[in-house]
Amino acid sequence: MPDLTTSFLGIKTPNPFWLASAPPTNTGSQVMRAFEAGWGGAVWKTLGKPIQNVSSRFGGLDHMGKKIIGFNNIELITDRSIEINLKEMEEVKKRYPKNTLVASLMVESREEWREIIAQVEGVGADALELNFGCPHGMCERGMGSAVGQEPKLLKTIAGWAKEFSKVPVIVKLTPNITDVTVPAQAARDGGADAVSLINTIKSLIGVDLDQFVPYPTVAGKSTNGGYCGPAVKPIALHMVAAIARQQNNAFPISGIGGVSSWKDAVEFFLLGATTVQVCTAVMHYGYRIIEDMLQGLSDYMDEKGFKSVNEMVGKAIPNFTDWGSLDLNYHQVAVIHEEHCIGCNLCVVACDDGGHQCITPGKNGKKAPDSVSSEQQPFSHLHPSRSRLHRSVSDLHPINPPAVKSQAVHAPVVHEPECVGCNLCMLVCPAPGAITMQQAPKPSLSLH
Amino acid sequence: MQFEEKRLESSFNDFKPALTPREAITEAERCLYCYDAPCIQACPTGINIPQFINRIATENTKGAAKTILDSNIFGLSCARSCPVEVLCEGACVYNHLNKKPIAIGKLQRFAVENAYEKNIAFYAAGKSNGKKVALVGAGPASFACAHELRILGYETIVYEKNQLPGGLNTHGIAPYKMHSSVSLQEISRILEMGVRVEYGKELNKNLELKTLLSNYDAVFLGLGLGEDSILDVPGISNSFTHGAVSFISKIKTHAVEKLAWVKNIKTALVVGGGNTALDACRELKGLGVARVIVSYRRGEAEMSGYKHEMNAAKQEGVEFWFYTLPTKFELKNVRLVRTQVVNHKVVTTSPEHVRPEHFQAELSERSNAGNVKKGDVHTTGSNVISLDVDLVLLATGQAKLEKLLTSIKELKFEKGKLLVNPKNFQTNHPKIFAAGDLVNGGMEVVNAVAEGKQAAHGIHKFLNSNFEGASNARFNN
Repeated sequence: MPDLTTSFLGIKTPNPFWLASAPPTNTGSQVMRAFEAGWGGAVWKTLGKPIQNVSSRFGGLDHMGKKIIGFNNIELITDRSIEINLKEMEEVKKRYPKNTLVASLMVESREEWREIIAQVEGVGADALELNFGCPHGMCERGMGSAVGQEPKLLKTIAGWAKEFSKVPVIVKLTPNITDVTVPAQAARDGGADAVSLINTIKSLIGVDLDQFVPYPTVAGKSTNGGYCGPAVKPIALHMVAAIARQQNNAFPISGIGGVSSWKDAVEFFLLGATTVQVCTAVMHYGYRIIEDMLQGLSDYMDEKGFKSVNEMVGKAIPNFTDWGSLDLNYHQVAVIHEEHCIGCNLCVVACDDGGHQCITPGKNGKKAPDSVSSEQQPFSHLHPSRSRLHRSVSDLHPINPPAVKSQAVHAPVVHEPECVGCNLCMLVCPAPGAITMQQAPKPSLSLH
Repeated sequence: MQFEEKRLESSFNDFKPALTPREAITEAERCLYCYDAPCIQACPTGINIPQFINRIATENTKGAAKTILDSNIFGLSCARSCPVEVLCEGACVYNHLNKKPIAIGKLQRFAVENAYEKNIAFYAAGKSNGKKVALVGAGPASFACAHELRILGYETIVYEKNQLPGGLNTHGIAPYKMHSSVSLQEISRILEMGVRVEYGKELNKNLELKTLLSNYDAVFLGLGLGEDSILDVPGISNSFTHGAVSFISKIKTHAVEKLAWVKNIKTALVVGGGNTALDACRELKGLGVARVIVSYRRGEAEMSGYKHEMNAAKQEGVEFWFYTLPTKFELKNVRLVRTQVVNHKVVTTSPEHVRPEHFQAELSERSNAGNVKKGDVHTTGSNVISLDVDLVLLATGQAKLEKLLTSIKELKFEKGKLLVNPKNFQTNHPKIFAAGDLVNGGMEVVNAVAEGKQAAHGIHKFLNSNFEGASNARFNN
């Protein structure tokens, strides 16, 4: 079994799974329970000047019966006093010295940064995370994403933090910008040791159709919040990969955004992250999800022969390239395997309306080449042969029960010359293994 | 229209209970939204099932009901009485993934009930086109036809020999599937379209086809089937033997006081192997009859009743005696003999009690290969069972109504079924159209509805090709 101990900024963390700075790391008792459950580290709920939070604070995006595929919050930083937080952090570090404790910070002036950094270092924080990402509430006060969106300011404050701190400094980036590599470079220029991303995406999660108020509703009003959860993972993966690629894997990254399973985490590692931070999945299912994450990651590493997480960091970056570098001579086509097909025809309609019109239904289908669709009448399946063959009024027949239909599925047919290999049919297919993509000789035309 | 408040059927709960809104949405969200879906193809009325299920999932329940009713105005009773296991749900692609098929019947019931609770009227009668159609028999075929004709602007009058509308929908659906009150409520919505019904009008008694033909522009026959067939067996005429269809009708519509004697039934025998036999035996079990036996002269594989219904009956404790045949009825006693099927022919093993004539009733009705013909019965050995019973229900078929229609010589029959053009359900007499059990020999409500609707369009096309300038009618959705 591989050792999941991961080296990040010189810190030996028991495993690369950290809790992100968020409600699951709000108190000492929570963080201790999380460490007990197996989490390698925790980024404490952001400390700063006292604030007051609103009620309610959260909104969920459900899709076709699946709860919280996306999550939105308008909660601010910690609403507990700095003293209590520091006392609890100290207690946690004392009891769990091997686990990584990161202090997330968000203050304004140089003096405030100096003061708070000294305080958290005093209670044993292993690293600092500068919260330059929060896109709601705090940014209106010139903090959070307001800093993350101004590279010069970001660089300056990162520089202050480095000046005052003895422990590594991580800059948490906002995705609410055009090109994430710019603030990442600013963080590096300011002397930061690493970046963590993504923070939440500015969002409105939905609207109450009866009250005409967006969610979450606070006394009849709402405000924009920060969006996270499984649905944001692709955005986070891209931003992590973009930085890893630009920095040649030389600038450490803690990946955040929709990590819910060991597979998600591995994706972040392969695209350049050394640790991952988790919030929404824990808010949904609790700390216990760490058990599967550890086991799954461990088994994956065994299977692939990785001795440590650090070995796999950035493995996929060489294969992440510009569109212009893709091979235009490569061609694949869809292949439908009748033995696995269930006859739903979702590939047919997807290809017809959203693809390249190259899949037709199997021989029982409406549009099959040998059917007589123009002559088909409603209900003709009641007596299919008769309704087609007999048209005159005098054609009388007994109405008999329809013949028992064969349960056999007639799989749709791919017309290979028209197939561009777009993948859509395979993506919509609900039957495992029914559609695969196979390499085929390139059709005559090529852009190159 | 008189309707008993307290009926024996009221003691039956739904075998498939209604879905709550949350359950319905959860189930609807499972649907894959297939294209050119197998479930649509399996529905005789061609309801766009994925569309209505998707509408439930988006909480557009009214739209879901409209999708259903546009194709099938008996969407509520079909949701509850259709053998979905062999129709839409049997065709669901999830069966190929070893997943539970979508509960299409329950979802359909949810959508239509929801719309009816809100009293949404989806349809209105079309502008009158001055033409009149008479419909004989107030069952699903006639009402499906009349509903469509009203939308097209026809005046419609339904003639019914009974005092309640609905035919087998009211009198015959197993009460654990649907109570007669639901059928009447559903029909009341069709009556609100301006469909008139005259009760107590029976063909060849106080109603003549020839008169209808001269008074109306077209005549639709939705007579269904006749009385329960009676076996030609000694002692069959006795007080403990009833036709199954007639008995079920009593459970569903008679006042509970009139059926007090049902409580005293301890042992009941149901004769037959079709769906009426399966309904009847399950209903007897539901009424608390301790021992219910179904005797069928052939084997399990040859039963025409649905497999899923028989499995449910077995689970409820019904005994199935295959290869048995009643040969003699005496006071509260039935004598049965063992049969064998040899070369697709039923033979009995008892010499003394069986005569070929015992198979006469089936002879006249069934045509599929393998049924016995007079003279096919061979008797060998001896294997007689004597059974003491309190009730015998004969579920051996219903009479065909060919003889009622002899006054119109153009009408043609084959094996008791009135012949029609399957495209427009027109008979050999151009003004007479027909659908339902009368023409299909006894199928599901959903088949009757599909045919009745097609007949309405057949009538419309026929009358508009014959008369100038009368095609103002249009659908009013």
